[in-house]
Amino acid sequence: MPPQALEGLKVLDFCWVAAGPMTTKYLAEHGATVVRVESAKRPESLRRAAPYGGDGTSGINRSGYFANYNANKYGITLDMRHPRARELVLRMVSTWADLVTENFTPGTMESWGLGYADLKQVKPEIMMFSASMLGRGGPLEKQPGFGAVLSSLAGLTNITGWPDRGPVNPYGAYTDFIVPRFAVASILAALDYRRRTGQGIHLDMSQLETSLHFSSPLLLDYAINGVEPTRKGNRDPGAAPHGVYPCQGEDRWIAIACFSDDEWRALRRVISSGGANWADQDSFGSLLGRKAAEDQLDDLMAEWTRGYGAKALMATLQQAGVPAGVVNDTRDLFDDIQLQHRGHFQYLDHAEIGSYASEKSEFNLSDTPGKLDRPAPLMGEHTAYVLRDLVGLSEQEYLSFKADDVLE
Amino acid sequence: MTGAHEDYLLSPYRVLDLTDERGLLCGKILADLGADVIQIEPPGGSTARRIGPYYQGQIHPEKSLFWWAYAINKRGITLNLETTDGRQLLQRMVRDAHFLIESWPPGYLESLGLGYEALAAINPELILVSITPFGQDGPYAHYQATDVVGMAMGGLMYLTGDPDRAPVRVGFPQFYLHGAAAGATGAMLAHSARVTTGKGQHVDVSCQQAVARSLAHAPQFWQLENLILKRLGSFRQSAGESKVRVNWRCKDGYVNFMPGGGGAGSVRSVRSLLAWMREAGQANEELEAVQWEDLGYGTGRAETMDKTAEVVGAFFAERTRDDLVRECTERRIMLFPVATERDIFTHPQLEARGYFKPIEHPELGASVTYPGLFIKDVSGDRIGLRRRPPLIGEHNQEFYQGELGLTPEAVATLTQGKVM
Repeated sequence: MPPQALEGLKVLDFCWVAAGPMTTKYLAEHGATVVRVESAKRPESLRRAAPYGGDGTSGINRSGYFANYNANKYGITLDMRHPRARELVLRMVSTWADLVTENFTPGTMESWGLGYADLKQVKPEIMMFSASMLGRGGPLEKQPGFGAVLSSLAGLTNITGWPDRGPVNPYGAYTDFIVPRFAVASILAALDYRRRTGQGIHLDMSQLETSLHFSSPLLLDYAINGVEPTRKGNRDPGAAPHGVYPCQGEDRWIAIACFSDDEWRALRRVISSGGANWADQDSFGSLLGRKAAEDQLDDLMAEWTRGYGAKALMATLQQAGVPAGVVNDTRDLFDDIQLQHRGHFQYLDHAEIGSYASEKSEFNLSDTPGKLDRPAPLMGEHTAYVLRDLVGLSEQEYLSFKADDVLE
Repeated sequence: MTGAHEDYLLSPYRVLDLTDERGLLCGKILADLGADVIQIEPPGGSTARRIGPYYQGQIHPEKSLFWWAYAINKRGITLNLETTDGRQLLQRMVRDAHFLIESWPPGYLESLGLGYEALAAINPELILVSITPFGQDGPYAHYQATDVVGMAMGGLMYLTGDPDRAPVRVGFPQFYLHGAAAGATGAMLAHSARVTTGKGQHVDVSCQQAVARSLAHAPQFWQLENLILKRLGSFRQSAGESKVRVNWRCKDGYVNFMPGGGGAGSVRSVRSLLAWMREAGQANEELEAVQWEDLGYGTGRAETMDKTAEVVGAFFAERTRDDLVRECTERRIMLFPVATERDIFTHPQLEARGYFKPIEHPELGASVTYPGLFIKDVSGDRIGLRRRPPLIGEHNQEFYQGELGLTPEAVATLTQGKVM
């Protein structure tokens, strides 16, 4: 078996919902031992989120949403409001953990006596990663919210949609999936710093501040030029045609973009080889010409693409040198031969869900490929194993925490 | 620059950045974490410098705000890799580099004799990060992808937009940003491995996969329930028969509010809004009777949502965005503005945290306000912005003479010969 990049790294993971668990999933996929701390009395939101495997009914161990982001992790259940929970967590930090991760409302860990200063007292070189919606400190640090909200706060909703209509959110909790890549890079950089210097670090991620990097030129444009961006549908200032056009079938679409004259000429050849000659008109010969008549061009494109199946047309256009792609729905993603080639969906067997798909990392590492080989934990599945075998509590200590109902 | 020091998280490491607009963010992330990132541009400058908007609207390669945003914190040199001298210089630079990042189509570096095998033969510790639309091999590896094509194939577009029109992309190109950010994660994972093995490796990023990992639970709905989620405009489909309204029109703009069930915060948020409506004499008993606690996380029954959309929509429509945001913050109602750039620059939390940073551009005699760090080092400043984006070839002399040890004559010859 190939070695893993993070073998030996021990992570005590208090993250919940999507952005945090996706962050620690990268770590778990690449060899770290990640122990998720959960509450059985107050299960985290994602455990109650559809879709459900098994018989399809709601159940604490049946969420496919939760199962995707928590593959490869161990799960333990603690009653964090119990007076001895602090003692147990500090014990795990002092003798076991390298890194503590959390994405509660700022102040939550502190309210349990488990802030960075508390952790440092028992292990000076401990690493801590804290993420929150708006970051620690400041007047709104405790403002509640979730990923779908941040797309709006980060300006991404306002620019998405059609010029003649209101804005639409980029689907889902979009920013939740932007921030983990920044988070993992930062965590691993901080771990490297500690390796070199012996010093632990507390990282504070504001998911809003991170997400703004996905449109930062627009922020500069406003800061310098006072320009507010507008909604443009699928248009692009440097290309025509540039859009999404209907294909044969219900709700089937293809994206096509011509930035260069070469791409336009290639598209024109495909159009005329199919027997249509509308693309040959002189006014479409230049980018400025196509831009001036873009409404008409888009109508003609749509009329033309309607006669084709999306996948076949994509293959024809790509062969000819025209950037074109099927608008994949979620079924298409599972059928996509490139995603299949990359092993994008990994299938894991879960005691209650059955076989389910978990997404692997979007990169292949040539020497330490990582692997997803364990399903997400059932609630409290590994409490005994983690405390006795990983952390090394004596039987007596373990039983004492159990008897006191610290363990749920 | 002021404040710069040598104690950043990644201070000991050098990154050679060969990317164009498709990969710049990867090196910027490593640069903010403290690596010495050397952006290598073709003579005349990167194609990314031709992407607007521009400083004061002046269309000029030194004034591209796209370039500024994603090249800040890097040093800049020019090098023509399509010359023998250029390739030899790169091979020399690779000897003591830790990372090399590139975003060329698969096979291009190999065609120059600079593929992973060749580079690893020079420096086995080197980590090569390749950012491409679909990865280095496979049936679509040589497909061309622009942003709209990639966002389509990655699956985000199908789920975004109004139901009666074509799917829409996010209004600022995202496809390559996803891949570039993932490149930084892959680079650091490979680095973590190198610390123990002493060996570098090739990190092969697929931007399509990065986008396909950004779809929340939509893929699982297909896999577990054979349900293809649809785009629903200002609503979000949250299960088969369930949807939640996300965006709302108010008197002078738009706000975001999700009256869904599930977590305690969401339930409190909805109940708090209904209480406010009652205080305002616009109580709705039907909605007050809904058992929000019993709904699944982020879900709502379609008829409840349609009722909510009508009643709550009318309540919002009478109020301005600023009034709604202020009142909801006090009442812990999870309502937020659909922010414009102006809102972002005046956001009290960003202001309190000192997010925006003035960076001097001495060549323009101007100070420019940049978005700040994506993460903070609470107990120090070992993550930071320390230099403005490089001018074309700004560090040629400093680097080629001062660090690579070329003679001034050689640099002059190579400049004349359009190698740099």
